[in-house]
Amino acid sequence: MSDPLFAHGVGLAVILIVLVKVVVAFAALLVCTMLMVWFERKVISDMQNRIGPNRAGPYGLLQSLADGTKLFFKEDLLPEKADRFVFRLAPLLAVIPAFLIFAVVPVGGVVTIAHHVVELQVADPPMGILYLLALSSVAVYGVMLAGWSSGSKYPLLGSVRASAQMISYEAALGLTVVTVVLESHSLSTRAIIQSQSHHFWQWNVLRLGIVPFAIFMIASTAEMNRPPFDLAEGESELGGGFNTEYSSLRFALFYLAEFMNTITMSAVAVTLFFGGPDGPGFHVVRWLWPILWFLGKTVAFCYVQVWIRASLPRMRYDQLMDLGWKRLIPLSLGWLLVVAGFIVSVAWGAALFGAGVLAAVLLYQSIRVGRRRRESLAAAMAAAAVPRPRPGGNRQGPVDLRPLAGTGKVGT
Amino acid sequence: MGGATVVAAATVPDALTFAIAAVICVGGAFGVVLMRSPVHAALSLVATLFGIAVLFVEEDAQFLAAVQVIVYTGAIVVLFLFVIMLLGVDRKERVLADVFKGQRVVALVLGLMVLAEVVLLGRSRWTTGAHSATGSLEGSGSNVAKLGRALFTAYLVPFEVTSALLIVAVVGAVVLARRPDHRPVEPIEEVEVPLVPGPDDDPFGAVGTDEDAGGSTAPDETASTVPEHASSEPEHEPAEVPST
Repeated sequence: MSDPLFAHGVGLAVILIVLVKVVVAFAALLVCTMLMVWFERKVISDMQNRIGPNRAGPYGLLQSLADGTKLFFKEDLLPEKADRFVFRLAPLLAVIPAFLIFAVVPVGGVVTIAHHVVELQVADPPMGILYLLALSSVAVYGVMLAGWSSGSKYPLLGSVRASAQMISYEAALGLTVVTVVLESHSLSTRAIIQSQSHHFWQWNVLRLGIVPFAIFMIASTAEMNRPPFDLAEGESELGGGFNTEYSSLRFALFYLAEFMNTITMSAVAVTLFFGGPDGPGFHVVRWLWPILWFLGKTVAFCYVQVWIRASLPRMRYDQLMDLGWKRLIPLSLGWLLVVAGFIVSVAWGAALFGAGVLAAVLLYQSIRVGRRRRESLAAAMAAAAVPRPRPGGNRQGPVDLRPLAGTGKVGT
Repeated sequence: MGGATVVAAATVPDALTFAIAAVICVGGAFGVVLMRSPVHAALSLVATLFGIAVLFVEEDAQFLAAVQVIVYTGAIVVLFLFVIMLLGVDRKERVLADVFKGQRVVALVLGLMVLAEVVLLGRSRWTTGAHSATGSLEGSGSNVAKLGRALFTAYLVPFEVTSALLIVAVVGAVVLARRPDHRPVEPIEEVEVPLVPGPDDDPFGAVGTDEDAGGSTAPDETASTVPEHASSEPEHEPAEVPST
């Protein structure tokens, strides 16, 4: 498929196959999203000793459908101060990348339909992984513009937080993806799953050590704005975050995008680290087993996502940025070097691993020394300073500056 | 155009893709210049960059297309928008007024120069929609592999020098933006905020996050928001906005 535009002629069958693939992927993703909402609510309520949705349909299965219908018929509000065009554009910018990312995920093996060899994925571009990163960076726009165009303070704060967060974690995400690419020698998702096939010890999660996978999970959770990284919404601080002003169908689109991203990121994690559709098959209906394996692994990952959401409290903003910039990015960069070293030779890998550990210890020590110095300095300053009365004392009471003094920074 | 020989023949899908992408690119470029709100202009820039990415895909340069979207759309324009939102400079501008003297003449001359350059470089083969204007990829192997080999063999030194330059720029920016460490962490308390400010002394007006984010432009907007600004400013340093 090195000819993306079919420049060398294209038969009707090929067009039909592509159309069917697109429609099936689209419909399946929509239905899965609906089920994902139900799944998440059921699992969380189970973990919290509740029953969860149980009215609409068997086991409450149709609850999301009912909610969607309700949202559809609600009044579509447009705030007076909103930027009309961008306000309407933002939900689409959130949803479309969520759909498009799924296009490069290989769902199953290769089948032959009417003498045409068909890969069970919508498209297999030669730079599939970069396409994924590009779309996840486009997804920032949805959240960012939604907050800005609402013409209201809390959404703006939420969107600024979200865009800073998504850009920061994209770096760590990209670096872990590079380790996968190094090991698989290709950017195409099909080649990546083929390089992991046949034995589960060839899955990238084991071949690369657990570290890239762990970083990928953390970074992708942050990238999706899911708890514990959902500072963009932060109900307790920001009302509803970037989507406060949205109602009706547009709100539903944001909701859809969030849950769809959960599914696609689980699918991408399966593809990159768990061999995609790889697994033992049987001779009966050979094409079916890879799809079942893929679905099973993806559901397992979705469960993990829900589990994370149910058990971890939301982080503070400076903790979030600390985790991203000071821990995940250096760690993923160092691990990338180690993986590259092991690909060259074991000696190089071991040497780079040792050097990485040494550098980490030195870095940690220097940060600690600097922080201790700053803290003692701040303590001395505080002891020397005489509190002086201010006009309008209730406005600026004793502001607790310790969190700032401890980290030496806010933001960044 | 004009019967020039093309390297690879352009087919109908090629021509269609080229036409649509070209319209998006040019329309976006006009939008950047003509839109009144900076945010709309930035979004038009995104459209242009996307159109160029599509053209890259059409030229079989998938890596470039992806990198174009990741770097320019995903990072640089996001940064633009970030600055626009944080600094609250998103009021509409009068696009028909000259900011600098003689701006239009200079712009016209420079534009004509760029146009001439493009025509000369493309040697009049630049609107055919052909896969390549100068020559197709030689040999086998994927586009990405070739690009990687070229970057890390023939162009290793320029590549490394560029990355060193970027690192130096980042470190420099961090150093410049950093607050000196030995100062106590209470500069906000030094600012004398009058309790009932007049309409003209707004100590945070220059950098405060503007609540008028929606870009609505009632002419008396700024005057009416000033008291609210000064009295409800949170106890943060205005300079401590999170960058990137």
